[in-house]
Amino acid sequence: MTAYVGDTVPAGGTAPGDDDVPAIEATGLVKRFGATTAVAGVDLRIPRGGVHGFLGPNGAGKTTTIRMLATLVPPDGGQARVFGHDVVRDADAVRARVSLTGQFASLDEDLSGAENLLLLARLLGYSRAAARQRTDQLLSAFGLTEAAGKQVKQYSGGMRRRVDIAASIVVRPDLVFLDEPTTGLDPRSRNQVWDVVRALVRGGTTVLLTTQYLDEADQLADRISVIDAGRVIAEGTPGQLKASVGSGTLHVRVLDPARRGTARELLQRVLGVPVTEDGDPAALTARVLGSAPAARALTALEGAGIDLAQFALGQPSLDEVFLALTGRPAEDAGTPTAPEARR
Amino acid sequence: MTALDSAPIRLAAPDTAAVLAALGSGERPRPQGPIAASATFGWRTLLRIKHVPEQLFDVTVFPVMLTLIFTYLFGGALAGSVEAYVQFFLPGILVQSILMITMYTGVALNTDIEKGVFDRIRSLPVWRPSALVGALLGDVVRFTLASIVVLGLGMALGLRPGGGVTGVLAAVGLLLVFAFALGWTWTYLALRLRTPQAVMGWSMMVLMPLTFGSNIFVDPATMPGWLQAVVEVNPVSSLVSSVRGLVHGEVVGSDVLWVLVWAVALVAVLGPLTMRRYRDRA
Repeated sequence: MTAYVGDTVPAGGTAPGDDDVPAIEATGLVKRFGATTAVAGVDLRIPRGGVHGFLGPNGAGKTTTIRMLATLVPPDGGQARVFGHDVVRDADAVRARVSLTGQFASLDEDLSGAENLLLLARLLGYSRAAARQRTDQLLSAFGLTEAAGKQVKQYSGGMRRRVDIAASIVVRPDLVFLDEPTTGLDPRSRNQVWDVVRALVRGGTTVLLTTQYLDEADQLADRISVIDAGRVIAEGTPGQLKASVGSGTLHVRVLDPARRGTARELLQRVLGVPVTEDGDPAALTARVLGSAPAARALTALEGAGIDLAQFALGQPSLDEVFLALTGRPAEDAGTPTAPEARR
Repeated sequence: MTALDSAPIRLAAPDTAAVLAALGSGERPRPQGPIAASATFGWRTLLRIKHVPEQLFDVTVFPVMLTLIFTYLFGGALAGSVEAYVQFFLPGILVQSILMITMYTGVALNTDIEKGVFDRIRSLPVWRPSALVGALLGDVVRFTLASIVVLGLGMALGLRPGGGVTGVLAAVGLLLVFAFALGWTWTYLALRLRTPQAVMGWSMMVLMPLTFGSNIFVDPATMPGWLQAVVEVNPVSSLVSSVRGLVHGEVVGSDVLWVLVWAVALVAVLGPLTMRRYRDRA
């Protein structure tokens, strides 16, 4: 049983003098569930400010790592400090400074959005009137005033995610764990969540984001840890990670499907790589190294008088990153491996 | 945007400038203390009753059914007349009804765990047991409601409490104390078991022998010796004797004492066990 923290709750976000303490510092974190090792020795050092991405397939150990850092499950080995506070021995101090937004919106679905926020505001110490005021302010900031009185179970995925994030900032946290905040959202809601994450960072909060999408990590994260089978297998900026993969994908749709064959031969000659014809009768796909060859290819098509309906230079997918880092596709990484194979 | 009910909810985009302002303007008050936090979690339970009034079905219809069935079906055979049986049986069925519905506390907690809200609650900087204490306190409101229903029906069926209003209030009070304590059994089960169905099943397996193996329905004098011994040590028997005694104004102090001892013991043993599970639940 943990004691009530009472007077020891720090009054402000960052006490002067501990600026050099990183947001997260973990060494050799291990978590086992029965015979399965979910996290097999994770080392992390995440500085304050900005967004740190946790990238990995389903079952890689991202969520379990976050749950240990957020004091929800005790680690079986290793140790972790959040703003210098040990997640086991000093859990209350950690809880006072972090907040958690779950993979599935962590809200009471039977209550309305407003009641969810009100409940948290009261627990976190706002007086009745101040809690009401804070709730209204958050609802309006997140564009939820219209839906305030409705039960959360009637909300769309995007709305739930917003209430969830609003719930995480009732008291401004120093660190927010965002566990797959955009999984299952439509592109517009996804962009809105991204905007909010950027606002959090501008407000001085450190964000630890888990995602299965490389483009999401690319959009938001300053640094990324790639996690596979319970270990950090690579770390760096999005640029460094993509460079390690070294390729992207050029997608082209010709205006006249009859000319696809001609376009394909031309592209193969210019790019020197195989060009595949997609199911779409007007589409072609080729792997390219960076944007320069792609630009050459487009110029060549224009020179040959082949009009394009569409072209896009895609980023390497998570699959490609995984293939480059582990030599096997991401889907394989998601399936449970024997514990001895992971250690 | 989809909504389950008829009118779709109109959705404005989040205003990032306002989000930023909200982040900056938020004060950092001191989190609620144990008692205030428990009360807030109790309020949450009441809010859920407001939104899902169906959950009051089991606290109203179930006790009424039980009372009517037993009174009219067995009353004549067991006590000679319905009126005579009601005097004996109603305090017992009051206990039975309340104890049976305590198990929904566990079912509700297990449902919470399945949804993410459990994680959010556990990551708050408030006294950890307050979420469970609050839920149990909120449920005491439901138990009170059920008690009123059963007692009201009893009066209509001819119950004449010799203990008067004071006796009845004391009886209900004692029952609520025991129900609160017994609730920790279900919170513990809720944290051990995977699904709400499993919690319900196990709860029934505990509650059935606990309530039927007592003096609720008949005088134990007619039972075989070994069963009398079981009924004798069953805390529910002490509870029923106390409630019966208080309602009719002929209470035996040692019965009441035993109930209180059991209540304290349940909380003292199952409270920490529950909280250990609560901390470690993955």
